Amino acid sequence: MFIRWVGVNECMSISGEPLAPIHDVEPVNRRDKQQPLYTARKKIHPKRAEGTFRRFKWFVMAITLGIYYVTPWLRWDRGDYAPDQAVLIDLANRRFYFFFIEIWPQEFYYVAGMLVMAGIGLFLVTSSVGRAWCGYTCPQTVWVDLFLVVERAVEGDRNKRIKLDKDPLSASKLLKRVTKHSVWLLIAVSTGGAWIFYFADAPTLAMAFLAGDAPQVAYMTVGILTATTYVLGGLMREQVCTYMCPWPRIQGAMLDEHSLTVTYNNWRGEPRSRHQKRSAEEGKSIGDCVDCNACVAVCPMGIDIRDGQQLECITCALCIDACNSVMDKVGRERGLISYATLADYNHNMRMAMPDGYNAIQPERVRKPDGRLSDSVKHTNIRSILRPRTIAYFVVWAMIGLAMSYHVANRGRLDLNVLHDRNPLFVTLANGDIRNGYTLKVLNMMPEPRTVRVTLSGLPGAEMSLPGTSGHTVDVFYIDVEPDMLKSQRVYIRVKPELLTDPVIGFDFIAQDIFGSERATYAARFEAGDR
Amino acid sequence: MDNDKKNIDEISGVETTGHVWDGIQELNNPLPRWWLWTFYGCIVFAIGYAIYYPSIPLINEATKGVSGYSSRAEVAAELQAASDANSDLVAQLASIDVADIAQNEALQRFAIAGGASAFKVYCSQCHGSGAQGFVGYPNLNDDAWIWGGAVDQIYSTIAHGIRYDQDEDTRLSEMPAFGRDGILSAAEIRDLANYVRSLSGQDHDAASVAAATPLFADNCAACHGEAGEGNQDLGAPNLSDAVWLYGSDTDAIASQIQNPSHGVMPAWLDRLGDVTVKKLSVYVHSLGGGE
Repeated sequence: MFIRWVGVNECMSISGEPLAPIHDVEPVNRRDKQQPLYTARKKIHPKRAEGTFRRFKWFVMAITLGIYYVTPWLRWDRGDYAPDQAVLIDLANRRFYFFFIEIWPQEFYYVAGMLVMAGIGLFLVTSSVGRAWCGYTCPQTVWVDLFLVVERAVEGDRNKRIKLDKDPLSASKLLKRVTKHSVWLLIAVSTGGAWIFYFADAPTLAMAFLAGDAPQVAYMTVGILTATTYVLGGLMREQVCTYMCPWPRIQGAMLDEHSLTVTYNNWRGEPRSRHQKRSAEEGKSIGDCVDCNACVAVCPMGIDIRDGQQLECITCALCIDACNSVMDKVGRERGLISYATLADYNHNMRMAMPDGYNAIQPERVRKPDGRLSDSVKHTNIRSILRPRTIAYFVVWAMIGLAMSYHVANRGRLDLNVLHDRNPLFVTLANGDIRNGYTLKVLNMMPEPRTVRVTLSGLPGAEMSLPGTSGHTVDVFYIDVEPDMLKSQRVYIRVKPELLTDPVIGFDFIAQDIFGSERATYAARFEAGDR
Repeated sequence: MDNDKKNIDEISGVETTGHVWDGIQELNNPLPRWWLWTFYGCIVFAIGYAIYYPSIPLINEATKGVSGYSSRAEVAAELQAASDANSDLVAQLASIDVADIAQNEALQRFAIAGGASAFKVYCSQCHGSGAQGFVGYPNLNDDAWIWGGAVDQIYSTIAHGIRYDQDEDTRLSEMPAFGRDGILSAAEIRDLANYVRSLSGQDHDAASVAAATPLFADNCAACHGEAGEGNQDLGAPNLSDAVWLYGSDTDAIASQIQNPSHGVMPAWLDRLGDVTVKKLSVYVHSLGGGE
């Protein structure tokens, strides 16, 4: 039960004892109050929080938004034959450029490897620091935070916004609403706008986009992303996390008792009391929680962390900031709400409520001077080092190292050979057996190359190229354009008396004439049954 | 079922629809909002869609829709666009001599691609999808040509056909049926078959070859040449190479002397037009044996 206070955010003084400001707030997404799905959403008005985690979130927001908006504009010189955009997904030419790395479609396994790393990375992060992804770096979280900044700047903090919502429509309300939604839409457009720059040369596309000359798909993409950013970040907010996102559901399987979660330490907080002095005078047992609801007021998810771990909690840790400042104010130790592991929490809980008790005895975790007992377990960062997380890290790092090694040593010249299948071989007028092949030489470097093609392991073989009237050669050269594939038909003829087996294996060898790089392809010469 | 008064479920306190299956009642909860609005959105979309696109089936056809869209017209437009994109190359093909196409790389590539697809449609039934041929149908990959393997000779063969009596310029050759018409005896034919095998260095009976030497000079050399090297002007196959249209064993050769098979190929110029025949010629020439 929550007691409704008439004054909002105002310093209460009951029985003469100074208390923290009490917030008139209801955790709208609390489990036992949750509305059926057909009812309208109850709006959440998160109050601004101040503190370490809030500052950290500003920092993460700056980094993530910075990466997102700035990356397409970074330049990277690749010479005359390749785009100079540092990160570019060139769908039309099927190339992916990432600084010094260029990936062709057949090297897509790197992307698969990155996805595996991202998956294991999520295991690693979640099992060690809980839902850090949700709380700090998820685009939904970051953009909602950004939209809230705008909302606060235009309409004021929590109480002003609640009042504005209740006020009848007036010129100033309309102005505020229009301003807020305009800025939101502006952010949404630039979010969608930044996305398309990853797929084409950013400066060129930006000019074409403004001039109305960009491809239709660019406008459609910007339109769709504008709509999703505005609707998900501005209007739907926490509903995306609670109803649409699968990640919260997967958490349960990944967290264990040593994972960091945002925890209300009720072993020192309960029984909570707004009238601490009076309760103390009455000889009642009192915990640290002054029941000011500051943690609920700042929660962007509309929950009360004091109800324990719940699906809605994205572990943004703003309640920690809010509670810490209250603890400072009332002269208690910080950390009533803190990052803690379930194991530490359970240990402390057993101290506060040993077997045989059915209520928390906060004095059991305290020293006579009121400080927390030395045997209380405080979670520290070392909790993330344990076999499970180390195993995840080792697997994650091994994939990363293997991929880095492979990228550093991969070939930039490749040769694929397709043997003619119909007919497999041709008998020529003089009895020679001829096989046809299509060579595909891949020059994966952004510079023109000349490749020397020879054979190895097929005695008596004579090569000829189409259009040369059967003129035979032992070696020929192919000029391959920068960053391109070149196809070349080749015929090989062999005297029948040299053909001992129906199928003879041999190698095509392609060698860069100016470099040392070479590629071989194990091909077959079909001679038929003879 | 009781429709007169509201049924309230005891446990949830929610009204039920009155439907009961094996004691299980259906609660009459409202639909979730997101679902309901999606549903309304779909209805609005469907109305717009039905007006804009052909959609409502009538007895003989469907409504046309204000857009006048049809998937056939879309395909036709795409085909037209493709053919427009190539119209320049087609015009060049029409005006160029077939022997000169090889000098223009882009044109040759276009002709080979077009010829390959036309070959699959018109030629593969007899010559095989890889132009590998069958008994009686020449392999077009090799370098043995009965009527010539230069690109203009191939053009002429495709354009006018072989032994195709509806075309005045058709390739025409007929080998006498030496056995059926009683010109040669069975023994002489067997000797000749051995002689023909000796021309290409295959196993043969030396006595037969000796006996058939004058027979070959008298009966065969006029068309096939003294050494059996053939004559492309007459369409007389080369008997001294390793390529055999009707088989290389003694029986097959004897049978061909006794009562020869003569393949017929239709003339394609009137059916496919000059440009397609040029494409086919360039394609066949490119298969590896072109002269």
